[in-house]
Amino acid sequence: MKHIISALVENKPGVLAHVSGMFAARAFNIDSLVVGRTEDVNMSRMTIVVNGDDRILEQVRKQLAKLVPVVKVQDFAGEPVVARDLMLISISAPPGKRPEILALIEMFTGKVVDIGQKFVMVEISGPEEKIEAFIEVCKPYGIKSVARTGTIAMIRQEKEA
Amino acid sequence: MSAKSHKSAGEAGKSATNGGAEKSPAKAVSIPSLSSQRSGAEIIVDSLLRHGADTIFGYLGGVVLPLFDKFYGSPIRVIVPRHEQGGCHMADGFARASGKVGVIVTTSGPGACNIVTGLATAMMDSIPLVAITGQVRTELIGNDAFQEADITGITRPITKYNCIVKDVRDLARTIDEAFHIASTGRQGPVLIDVPVDVEVAKCEYDGRVEMQLPGYKVRTKGHGGQIIAAAKAINEAERPVLYVGGGIISSNASEELTQLIAKAHLPVTMTLLGLGGFDQNKEESLDMLGMHGTAYANYAIQNCDLLIAVGTRFDDRVTGKVKTFAPNAKVIHIDMDPASISKNVPVDIPVVGDAKEILKELVEKVEYRQRKDWFATIAGWKKKFPMKYDRNSGTIKPQYVIEQICELTKGDAIITTGVGQNQMWTAQFYRFSRPRQFITSGGLGTMGFGLPAAIGAQIAKPEAVVVDIDGDHSFNMTMTELSTAVQHKLPIKVCIINNGYMGMVRQWQQLFFEKHYSCNSLLNPDYAELARALGAEGITVDLKADVPKAINKMLAIKDKPCLVDFRVEKEENVWPMVPTGKSLHEMDGLDILQSLI
Ligand SMILES: Cc1ncc(C[n+]2csc(CCOP(=O)(O)OP(=O)(O)O)c2C)c(N)n1
Ligand SMILES: [Mg+2]
Repeated sequence: MKHIISALVENKPGVLAHVSGMFAARAFNIDSLVVGRTEDVNMSRMTIVVNGDDRILEQVRKQLAKLVPVVKVQDFAGEPVVARDLMLISISAPPGKRPEILALIEMFTGKVVDIGQKFVMVEISGPEEKIEAFIEVCKPYGIKSVARTGTIAMIRQEKEA
Repeated sequence: MSAKSHKSAGEAGKSATNGGAEKSPAKAVSIPSLSSQRSGAEIIVDSLLRHGADTIFGYLGGVVLPLFDKFYGSPIRVIVPRHEQGGCHMADGFARASGKVGVIVTTSGPGACNIVTGLATAMMDSIPLVAITGQVRTELIGNDAFQEADITGITRPITKYNCIVKDVRDLARTIDEAFHIASTGRQGPVLIDVPVDVEVAKCEYDGRVEMQLPGYKVRTKGHGGQIIAAAKAINEAERPVLYVGGGIISSNASEELTQLIAKAHLPVTMTLLGLGGFDQNKEESLDMLGMHGTAYANYAIQNCDLLIAVGTRFDDRVTGKVKTFAPNAKVIHIDMDPASISKNVPVDIPVVGDAKEILKELVEKVEYRQRKDWFATIAGWKKKFPMKYDRNSGTIKPQYVIEQICELTKGDAIITTGVGQNQMWTAQFYRFSRPRQFITSGGLGTMGFGLPAAIGAQIAKPEAVVVDIDGDHSFNMTMTELSTAVQHKLPIKVCIINNGYMGMVRQWQQLFFEKHYSCNSLLNPDYAELARALGAEGITVDLKADVPKAINKMLAIKDKPCLVDFRVEKEENVWPMVPTGKSLHEMDGLDILQSLI
């Protein structure tokens, strides 16, 4: 099963290597790993999507927490989360096909960020399934290239009673 | 140039001996300086002393010259090995024998790379080390400079933590953090990489340092509810067994363990690294378990209804086939490292924390139970399957040598080993009675560990009798360190169980590869001659009748190392043996043992 793990880590050199090295050494499978700054300049947040059964996920959490520069580890499984991927995708779009493609982009609430003679570049964000679905519908037109951020996520605020 | 450096090395050696004679570790050094500005090298020296590291192991090289210059005349005693791997194992042996943090200093590139095996050895066995490696100048890093190696990259998976210090103002704090991380929680080696310009750069320093480790938390106290649950399970168990590992030794919990065993009346078995945690001469001891463990320990595990694991990690050499390990038991696991819990074997009652603290609480909550049937069953196994070898053989049996060493040292020596048959026989036939008495590379199984570890142990415990029971080929790997022992007049004893083979490998080749002794006949030197050439005493023993005499002669030597080359039976095997992939009770060789008288 896929789990989204969020790790608060110290913002210093070598931390990414500590984390990615541990994943490789222990043969854990990473789907994606995203690092970014947080509201605290001394801390970064890593969002890691991992595949594995309960036993493996338990080890992932524990081994992560064991790393000295890792301050906090949260597994979002079972939590109400907002999870988002961001993608830039360049699609083959000869003039005749453009209206069709633009309609699709609109349906997926994507945004055209660049247009060339033969291609359009689209920015699209959302849950992973939406991104995957968009890639699928673009395939018949021809995809030139794709760049994705990987998942970032946050737990939803509890509703006030 | 060479003459000059030779002279200063001699002088440093002299002042080092003086420094080493000081009993209490100095709290701060007075480095003459007008301002409170200190160089990185001075900060390292002062920080080491603040942590009581008055004896360290180190080897020279270009980028650590500023640092070694500050060792000159300092109260720190620097033991210089002949190879950095040896130095790292010495620091390890020093740490295991003393309970203190071992320190190893090397130059960049080749020097740093040479301690890789030593760090991995310490990592696997959770031994507290601080390694300080020199690095090329900060602005050269990444340019494939002369003697540059990315040592933090190389050692990341084999250290508990490592980092490079690029600003002298971070140096003191980082060293404090290194000692703290190495010596707390589940202990382990920490490496700090220090570029040479950081050794030279100066900053304000007054010895007051504040650590910044927001991500490092150590849990020492066990969860109260879990301890109550564990006590209840123990009190209810009909057939409990304690299974303890190196964590007992590193948390200094031997006394509490002994109290628990006496109060609740429990049998106990130890892993290779746990040996010494409980006195093997006592009735409750089932000795070592696992692949080459005793039949009575392995049967006890397979038949128990409660397994109480303390400071141990369910290693595959211990469990055999994991699925059928202790098949009928409820499992309590007391360990410092949450990641060790339920890693290999599912645990019913986990208690995370320091073994010493937890056992102390547990002792208060357990009740005595006779468990007559269980102890009778165990006594039956002990009687039916005792550890044995052919005592009547005309040749020198390796087990006989070890038994004799045990007897003639009154079971009181600090023992180190090589890896292989020599190591397993030592674990089987020496009777250990106290913690930190048995020093061996368990997790990594590093051949060549025995001699340098013995040197480190002897330096930590000058009054102790330290014996390295080694394999011929293990000894071959680091034998150059005999010179180091001679230089420092260390009376270590090296007993080579010389079977002329990589014996453990030969055993596997015999059992599983149709006796194809592929690549297993190497030329060995005359070890006694070699020892004498290096300035140690050397004795060769060819006859069984000479074994006790030689050991006594060896023990009488107090001013230099003594090596004894025991020419033992070449094709003796270690029994019993649980073949890989088999369950603990499926031991081979019991019939062989039983056929002996
Ligand atoms: C550095 C290293 N290389 C290889 C091995 C694999 N190995 C394990 S035991 C062994 C043979 C050891 O021979 P020796 O030291 O003579 O001990 P014996 O088994 O004969 O007592 C070997 C090669 C190892 N453990 N360590
Ligand atoms: Mg051998």
